[in-house]
Amino acid sequence: MSKQRKAIALISGGLDSMLAAKTIMEQGIHVEGINFFTGFCVEGHTHAIREKDKAKPKRNNSLWVAEQLGMKLHIVDVIEEYKNVLINPKHGYGAHMNPCLDCKIFMVNKAKQWIVENDFDFIITGEVIGQRPMSQRKATMPIVAKESGADDLLLRPLCAKNLPATLPEREGWVDREKLHDITGRSRKPQIAMAEQFGFDDYSQPAGGCCFLTDKSYSAKLVDLWKSQGHKEYQLDDVMLLKVGRHIRPQPNFKLIVAREEGEGRFLQGYKNEFISMISLSHRGPLVLIDGTPSAEDLYLAAQITARFGQGREAEQVDIDVTMLDGSERTLQVKPIRDEDMPKAWYV
Amino acid sequence: MTIETLNARRLLCPLPVIRTQDKVKQLKIGDRLEVICTDPGVMQDIPTWCRINGHKVLEATAGNHEYTILLEVGSS
Repeated sequence: MSKQRKAIALISGGLDSMLAAKTIMEQGIHVEGINFFTGFCVEGHTHAIREKDKAKPKRNNSLWVAEQLGMKLHIVDVIEEYKNVLINPKHGYGAHMNPCLDCKIFMVNKAKQWIVENDFDFIITGEVIGQRPMSQRKATMPIVAKESGADDLLLRPLCAKNLPATLPEREGWVDREKLHDITGRSRKPQIAMAEQFGFDDYSQPAGGCCFLTDKSYSAKLVDLWKSQGHKEYQLDDVMLLKVGRHIRPQPNFKLIVAREEGEGRFLQGYKNEFISMISLSHRGPLVLIDGTPSAEDLYLAAQITARFGQGREAEQVDIDVTMLDGSERTLQVKPIRDEDMPKAWYV
Repeated sequence: MTIETLNARRLLCPLPVIRTQDKVKQLKIGDRLEVICTDPGVMQDIPTWCRINGHKVLEATAGNHEYTILLEVGSS
């Protein structure tokens, strides 16, 4: 009796990895999923925070995919290890701060370690040649396989027929003829395949599943690095970049202004770690001050805080300031005028 | 049977699931774990994770912007 072969599938929660896993499961291979949490995954974050998004159903798509496919999913926290990928990407960044090729190499390498530790046979991904401009090109496919150390244990079922046969194909663990030859950015083949499998509900995020492909988020990350003079970061730093308006009037401090109640509640959790401001005389948002503001800077920050509350047209607004040591004081300010807030202040 | 509590407040999805997954690895079949979160997404994600992995959600409650899930460790 032949050995039951086992594969681990990198599951992002999108359609391609779902189809890749299903394609291999159909061949009688035992497949489990693995999902890596870098800290920049789009899954749920801002939806969980913002009040306006609360009406939308929330789900983690990788978990959802695993349940649809009837397979286990291992979610792995790689926040610390991922820092080196983001800070020092050997292959550079994409259009924004997305180190997609290094990221893929890193994740496949982690999957390789996982299969060794768990006695699995090979790795599958939902990669498609030409699907992504940086990490999913014909030229980069062998780079991912080689630099991850996965080599020919890495099988891409959706485009396998356009690539040299991998070990699982050569050994007959999987039938190469039943794999696919998808190329390019068109989604039609995947949508047709989803129909064949009976999948009528799946996620296809336009910008991928990573905040680092987002222009606005990347600008905030670069601003963070520039202001602190180095690229190190903590999870809280990168979480806060997803929330609120970020306004930097001076290099030495910035304001994080809650845009609505949900964000205010989220920022409340960080109140003890930052100087914070809130209007006492009018309704207004909670504002966190990040950096080392002078007394003069705090006055300007209070004027800006007043500008985002209902007292924006008032002659005077009372702003409560809570310092890092917990001491409080009230600043009476005239809200800054729109025309006195240069666009360049908005990160 | 032991009952443990996991504070996953302020963590956003999927971190509450990851912390739950890691904690459950330290528990035995039949043990119970109460997970307290502030991300409403856990009301969907932790039960899904439990179903995939053979654990049982005994209770899921929401109130005062907190979400508490009591689960029983299964034989996964």
